[in-house]
Amino acid sequence: MIKKTPLYNLHIQHGAKMVEFAGYQMPIQYKSGIIQEHKFTRENAGIFDVSHMGQLFITGSDQLTNDLEKIFPVNLKNLKINQSKYSFLMNEQGGIYDDLIITKLKDGYLIILNAACKKQDFEIIKKKLDDKYELNLDESLSLIALQGPKAKDVLGKVVSNITNLKFMNGGEFEYDNSNIYITRSGYTGEDGFEISIENKKAEKFVDQLINYGAKLIGLGARDTLRLEAGLCLYGNDLDEKTSPIEANLKWAIPKSRVDSDYPGSNIIKKQIDDGVKTLRVGIKPETRVIARGNTKIFDKNDKEIGKVTSGTFGPSVECSIAMGYVENNYSPTNTKIFLEVRGKKVPANVCDLPFYKKNYVKGEKNV
Amino acid sequence: MSEVKFSKEHEWITLEGEIATIGITKHATEMLGDIVFAELPEKGKNVEKDGTAGVVESTKAASDVYTPISGEVVDINQSIVDDPAKINEDPEGAAWFFKLKVKDLSELDTLMNKEEYEKFAKETSS
Repeated sequence: MIKKTPLYNLHIQHGAKMVEFAGYQMPIQYKSGIIQEHKFTRENAGIFDVSHMGQLFITGSDQLTNDLEKIFPVNLKNLKINQSKYSFLMNEQGGIYDDLIITKLKDGYLIILNAACKKQDFEIIKKKLDDKYELNLDESLSLIALQGPKAKDVLGKVVSNITNLKFMNGGEFEYDNSNIYITRSGYTGEDGFEISIENKKAEKFVDQLINYGAKLIGLGARDTLRLEAGLCLYGNDLDEKTSPIEANLKWAIPKSRVDSDYPGSNIIKKQIDDGVKTLRVGIKPETRVIARGNTKIFDKNDKEIGKVTSGTFGPSVECSIAMGYVENNYSPTNTKIFLEVRGKKVPANVCDLPFYKKNYVKGEKNV
Repeated sequence: MSEVKFSKEHEWITLEGEIATIGITKHATEMLGDIVFAELPEKGKNVEKDGTAGVVESTKAASDVYTPISGEVVDINQSIVDDPAKINEDPEGAAWFFKLKVKDLSELDTLMNKEEYEKFAKETSS
């Protein structure tokens, strides 16, 4: 059966076009359309229902930290309570089962998982932890993202004291006589927050954000926003056959963990030392042609050198943009490549990511 | 100018003498969403009824544009290639796609009138 999030009725009320995504009925867009929703988020504050994503709570103390470091290539011992890191669940070949955000809590960890991967992730993590800890993939909580330059002002009218939160940090806040957990993070390249809230309070909470000027934004604009920001979409840009090094996400694996043990660690160390054969790059076609996922990439001598994994029109940068994997020697910025779209070879250039850059407000910029 | 006719592929067509003007319907643009790319046939090319004669892409997906009748392409609307958003703004007016010198006027008889098309569009989109 296709699931509905607690905000389903609100989406319908606001004229959403619903689609199935990872087993959930989700809004792809509302009446104003993807481009307007995208631009609104860049200029104001956009609300995203991401309740389909997994919120995995694991309870435990120091031993849990040790055990989780055997699963994730991240430095959890140095992580302060309420601090978050981007990381991966990996297989023994160094491929990625999922990309995720892990946050240290007072009594354990919160891991935000992709909707399509969450059940499998849960089973993998549970097995690796030998059933020693309590794991809760909490379905009683909704997850709301509020993104954009006005996100802090809008949220500040509904919840007190949020402006002191630093990027990639979280905390407990009071809302409607109960505690909610808020992190300063997101997936749009804008300042913003992700709010974990009881299902029964989610609709009222979002209604209040709307009353203070924020608007609901669909998955369509979420995709154009994240691609402009150069962020990967699991299933498109990352998969079980691609390592974080190939995905150009080496920054997420701290130097202190390179020599220690986690799934795929031998392969990752070798890739860091010896380099990789293919690398994820940004791609800008020279025309308006859009190169979607699986578009083949060629060099000037018609040799096939890779493929596109995500491509769209960037509403803020106002041009066609894409990401994909190319053979390593074609990865330097400004390398001329060709994209095969409907039988024609379209000239394009390898470019730096992100396509769209805005400074995050305050605090740690992790990337 | 003749009555506007419509195809099942959601193109509209009007006739002035032996020159037909073709575009995509408002209903088509509503289904596609924001259009961000348009590709048109080359001038001088002969196109066949129901054959592909262009491409439009929205932020979500690419769709072929078909020609509802056969003929020679005598003009194209470069302004929608340069600014595809115009197609969403005025699909059945300023944002026409191409003009054909019609090969066989009787092909128009196979197309729907406005009333028939509206009924068709309603039935197929629900």
